[in-house]
Amino acid sequence: MSDAAATLTWTLPHAVAGTMVLSLNAYVLLAGADFGGGVWDLMARGRNRDAQRALIAHAIGPIWEANHVWLVLVVVLLFTCFPSAFAHLATVLHIPITLMLVGIVLRGSAFTFRTYDSTRDAVQRRWGLIFSISSVLTPVLLGVCLGAVAAGRVPMMSPADAAALEFGARFVDPWARSWFAWAVGGLTLALFAGLAATYLTVETVDTELQDVFRRRALQSQGAVMLTALGTLWLARDASPMLFGALTQGAGVPVLHALTALATAVTCWALARRHFRVARLAMVGQASCLVWGWAWSQFPWLLPPDRSITSLAAPRITLSLTLGALSVGTLILLPSFVYLFRVFKSPGAGFLPDDEAVTVPEDRAGP
Amino acid sequence: MMSDLEFARAQMAMSLAFHIVFAVVGIGMPALMVIAEWRWLRTRDAMYLELAKRWAKGTAILFAVGAVSGTVLSFELGLLWPTFMEHAGAVIGMPFSLEGFAFFTEAIFLGIYLYAWQRIPPKAHWWAGVVVAVSGALSGAFVICANAWMNAPEGFAMVNGVVTNVDPIDAMFNAAAPSQVLHMTLAAYAACGFAASGVHAYALYRGTPHRAFHRAALQIALIMGLPAAVLQPLSGDISARSVAERQPVKFAAMEGHLRTGPADFVIGGWPDEATLTHRGAIEVPGALSFMTTGSTKTVIPGVDQVPAEDRPPLAIVHTAFQIMIGCGMLMMALAAWGAWRTWRRRRGQGTALPDDRAFLLAVILASPLGFVAVEAGWTVTEVGRQPWIVHGILRTADAVTPMPGLGVTFALFTALYFGLAIAVVFLLRRQILKTGIRHLPIGLTGEMPIP
Repeated sequence: MSDAAATLTWTLPHAVAGTMVLSLNAYVLLAGADFGGGVWDLMARGRNRDAQRALIAHAIGPIWEANHVWLVLVVVLLFTCFPSAFAHLATVLHIPITLMLVGIVLRGSAFTFRTYDSTRDAVQRRWGLIFSISSVLTPVLLGVCLGAVAAGRVPMMSPADAAALEFGARFVDPWARSWFAWAVGGLTLALFAGLAATYLTVETVDTELQDVFRRRALQSQGAVMLTALGTLWLARDASPMLFGALTQGAGVPVLHALTALATAVTCWALARRHFRVARLAMVGQASCLVWGWAWSQFPWLLPPDRSITSLAAPRITLSLTLGALSVGTLILLPSFVYLFRVFKSPGAGFLPDDEAVTVPEDRAGP
Repeated sequence: MMSDLEFARAQMAMSLAFHIVFAVVGIGMPALMVIAEWRWLRTRDAMYLELAKRWAKGTAILFAVGAVSGTVLSFELGLLWPTFMEHAGAVIGMPFSLEGFAFFTEAIFLGIYLYAWQRIPPKAHWWAGVVVAVSGALSGAFVICANAWMNAPEGFAMVNGVVTNVDPIDAMFNAAAPSQVLHMTLAAYAACGFAASGVHAYALYRGTPHRAFHRAALQIALIMGLPAAVLQPLSGDISARSVAERQPVKFAAMEGHLRTGPADFVIGGWPDEATLTHRGAIEVPGALSFMTTGSTKTVIPGVDQVPAEDRPPLAIVHTAFQIMIGCGMLMMALAAWGAWRTWRRRRGQGTALPDDRAFLLAVILASPLGFVAVEAGWTVTEVGRQPWIVHGILRTADAVTPMPGLGVTFALFTALYFGLAIAVVFLLRRQILKTGIRHLPIGLTGEMPIP
């Protein structure tokens, strides 16, 4: 394996794969936090629980649809630039991907319906429950899919070999019977929850709410550390190759050190109520985890034996896609900056008089 | 019991039929709200601001469902048709990537449009709406380019079952793309314009205390819907010629032209696939030959030129095509009526359009026609291409996933979409139709006297 890795040089396929990891990183940082918001919506407790939910809804409202498109970008890049890998993944992971899609559909529509439906508690809770439960399930399934791939449980095989497998062995076992994959699912959930809680401390000036989410963010940090260690421990059996890459690979000490540093800074900043620092460190921590996974899997797209280069589409497709990406980025980046400046800059936070997000009185009558 | 292939096709058909409604809304509604807001900027009449907000709210509800159901489709391409994506991905990924960016832009600026009424200056807000409308139309156009490729596959060579010589630019700008993009974009404006017109015509017809508001809304919606309906038959003709040239069997199935020879124009009827004869059709001898080539004698290939296993389901394609044409004709007739009334009104005769009860009733009845035509038109495009998923290259049956038990996922998504559809209808009714007009200072715009 290391020989193959050594002979690979940086090429067009790697550039595309890197862009995909970058998009996934953006998805984790942005949509991941939206999912995490759903988790905290479900867990909202205490006498200011309605205020917690209102804060979450305000934080997610204007941006969730844009955040969600990062996943579409990853999928489009996958099927354009690595079509056979996409076909293979969509076949073997049909069941978890389908369930994940149901979660994505229910979450997005329930959130919007809740925003625009009646303000009566019962109606709000009904949509809120769908929103929050699907916010919990979807990240777990996303993590399970990534975990199954990382552990090399979704290897490419010839059509004849694949057809010889029984239903369970082919479509269920690769992901469902892998403790490692489920651990990655748990890690994803903990990470998303942590991102959301950390961001939410910055979204409000109410110290009581800040304290709620500060506590939640610290709890999530505990969960992230536990699940991360569990994942590493399970990787020993699940995929010695991955375990080797995670413990002895080139550059790994630096990556681990960076992750540890970011984690430490997040916890320290949360404890000292430096919320902006905490948000920045949390972004770093989550990015380190995403790139750590990508780096440990490199150069394989479908471990254990299919590399990024071997599964890539023709050169012309890759270069045109990268060209389209650069042009698209020129439009997209300023747009994103504008979106976040309008809604996430200091002072833009929580405007109670913003009538566009006020839910109108129920049945005002004609 | 249906086979897995049939369940896969049913699931894809349902997902598309569901998503396309919201995709069309994502193209048409932003245009409506932008026009309304522009009128507000020009007149500073609070009524237009209220209208823009009202339409924006409808757009928000529908756009969210469109976004998530579109995400489902992008995954379903692989979940249901992995072999297709394996071959086609590298060839037609380009328009999908571009669509991704257009949709991204649309989502970003829709977020700004919906939530930033009080955070950015009115002009900037209006421009955000313009970006939503433009990127919405663009994202539709890109996806249609990819679909057109399935009808006119270009930009690659198939050697021993392997795709080589890929040219994504050629594939994207395939021969079927211009006519399909034009036809579908017009269809989106017509469908949204008619649907929105119907809602406000209904309020006027029932007698609403907010007459001026609904009149203004109806006027804007008609201005978008009626011209699109007039242009649509022209673009339909371009499309039909394009299909006749590249997919003669699909064209023959659409027109119900079963046997090769001079073609009659077939209205109605039920084609019998076994005997290749019609039951209960009205046939105008030689008319189709005349319409396509200018001579009644020209021989046009019929569906009999290919073996039975290469023919699409004739009855479905022919019926769907006729439904689409019928809806188009009715919408065009309504547009002609409207134009005639406006012309008479200009010369000082008759009442203003929105107050003519017969016209209002016609608008109400016509309001679903645009969406019916969109659904029927897509049935023609997709079912008419069968048994091919990529015309002449790859059969649908060879592209389906080996995953068994697709009936389960079909049932799952049917239930999901059914629930969503109910929720959407319920919400739109409660939020758009049943509430009064808020923030409208009494006396500022007042109720205009009925002329």
